[in-house]
Amino acid sequence: MLRTMKKTRWALLFGALVSSVALGAAACGGDDDDDDDGGETPGATTAATATKAGGLDYTKLSGDVKVDGSSTVFPISEAVAEEFTKVAKGVQAKVALSGTGGGFEKFCRKEIDVSDASRPINQKEKDACAAAGIPNADLVELQVAIDALTVVISPQNTWAKCMTTAQLTKAFQAGGATKWSDLDPSWPAENIKFYYPGADSGTFDYFKEALKLRGEASKEPSHRSDGTSSEDDNVLVRGIEGDKNAIGYFGLAYYLGEGKKLKAVEVDGGKGCVAPSFDTALNGTYTPLSRPLFVYTAAAILKEKQAVLGFLDFYLKNTQKLSKEVGYVSLPDALLKTQQDKLAAYLPK
Amino acid sequence: MALAPPQSDQISLRAQGRVARRQAFSRLSRYILLLATLAGIGVLAVLAVDTMVRGLPVLDWQFITSYPSRNAVDAGLRSSLLGTVWVMGTTIILAIPVAIGTAVFLEEFAPKGRFTSVVRLNIANLAGVPSIIYGILGLTVFVRGVELQGVTLFPALGTTILAGSLTLALMILPMTVIASVEAIRQVPPSIRDGSLALGATRLQTVRHHTLPGALPGIMTGTILAISRAAGETAALIMIGAFAFIAFDNKSVNEDFTTVAIQIYNWTTRPQEAFRANASAGIIVLMVMVIGLNLVAVLIRERFRRK
Repeated sequence: MLRTMKKTRWALLFGALVSSVALGAAACGGDDDDDDDGGETPGATTAATATKAGGLDYTKLSGDVKVDGSSTVFPISEAVAEEFTKVAKGVQAKVALSGTGGGFEKFCRKEIDVSDASRPINQKEKDACAAAGIPNADLVELQVAIDALTVVISPQNTWAKCMTTAQLTKAFQAGGATKWSDLDPSWPAENIKFYYPGADSGTFDYFKEALKLRGEASKEPSHRSDGTSSEDDNVLVRGIEGDKNAIGYFGLAYYLGEGKKLKAVEVDGGKGCVAPSFDTALNGTYTPLSRPLFVYTAAAILKEKQAVLGFLDFYLKNTQKLSKEVGYVSLPDALLKTQQDKLAAYLPK
Repeated sequence: MALAPPQSDQISLRAQGRVARRQAFSRLSRYILLLATLAGIGVLAVLAVDTMVRGLPVLDWQFITSYPSRNAVDAGLRSSLLGTVWVMGTTIILAIPVAIGTAVFLEEFAPKGRFTSVVRLNIANLAGVPSIIYGILGLTVFVRGVELQGVTLFPALGTTILAGSLTLALMILPMTVIASVEAIRQVPPSIRDGSLALGATRLQTVRHHTLPGALPGIMTGTILAISRAAGETAALIMIGAFAFIAFDNKSVNEDFTTVAIQIYNWTTRPQEAFRANASAGIIVLMVMVIGLNLVAVLIRERFRRK
């Protein structure tokens, strides 16, 4: 009898422990509210400007903003959400990263408010949206930054300093060049090792698009599939770093961060060799390997949900600063103005 | 069989020929097996040390209590830690009673027949299903809801803690059921028979004798399953769990993020500083899981001593 009682007591204790862990966590969550407020002020990075925007008072907004989509755009949206929720304290802005395609799918099912995209919405997705009650005319497309791809080689590679678009296409098409000498007779007759991002990534899609490697259906050659493919840019860097015959590509933002140990190939899009950089991507000379990044929403959402309107308004106001901070090329003023005009109609006068 | 004549007056006790070879191999096998053990431990040690070296400098109170941020230095685990505690708590509440109920039914009440053996086989198979499959199930059933010809079979919950917990609960159920069944089987039949012979009902027997006896084993299995759920990422990403959440969860009907998702998010970032954050996140998650395991071990030892 005594025994079973003791056992019951232990079971109770276990239960108590579990719940006390939960309570403890909740409690320490509550404790630090004041700490947080203090931590905000010294941040030189705080992007918040005025709390009012054309009659829209951020501090009076409430509700939630759900953002999902491209993992390329995620860092910008995260930065915006972070700063926005500091100003609009009544709003819960949440950002997920299930890919451009996944974002549009959820967006068309009306599960999210804002869809991050590293390419414009395609016809299939437009149709899906229309079928679900978001007509094409209601889609609001806002460009928020520019991304650029960087073709990289190992620092030991002394010959491939600059490549033309045609050479890149020939290199990365299925059944294309296998030796460097296939691209340029003066280059060594050694086998090229190819590295590229996984087929699910927006970077891969964008590269195919830019170099016209979309595959049979569009009467173009397809992207080669006999190289090393990885979703993790680190793997690409590590592979290319030590091999003088390796070539690969990834986002400019990544190159400027971790990829610097590699050598960026200058790209000749018809007007001479251009090295990838913030400036060349912005002034449009680094073609065709720079691309626009978007967020999408719908007219109905902007009319119904003030929080989303406020979020996007804040997004456009701060994207120049924030996108640069997280490693993208920010929009030029004129282009930004065009985006803001698209939103202006919904803002209260 | 004639023994070879001893070469000296003393009979050598040392084995010869085939026997000697076998014995030598037996002695050697000890080192081979040790090597196998060390291989596992070695990899674990390297990983642990590497994680510690990268993560410990970042790990401080500020890291635990800050929301996610674009700046690796400001980023923290506050919302994800809370999310993990909520999701784990709800998962435990949802999964454990069902698991123990299933195990008790299968072992104590169900007639031994084709039906139970089919159920058993299925549970064993389910334990091997990859977590992403549970994620897809969670997305279509719990997040989006099931509606058949206008009748709501399951309400759409959205990407909430409840939906996440239901998904994880389904994921860990098979493991927990199997562990509980094994634990209940370990209880000697004589205890059951004695109880029944004294006039106790079946339910009384289960409540007062079988379950208390099986509890340590059940606990061990449960904690292992919970640990697996704590580290789960794929299934939660699949159902659309968020990566940036800057508020504290207050109910199961809110969107959430977890420590595992945060670690995944940080490892995909190009900046080295986020890697350090990921390592620190791993340390936190490890401490949580080891803590849970420790509790289970303590309880089990306590019961065993009786």
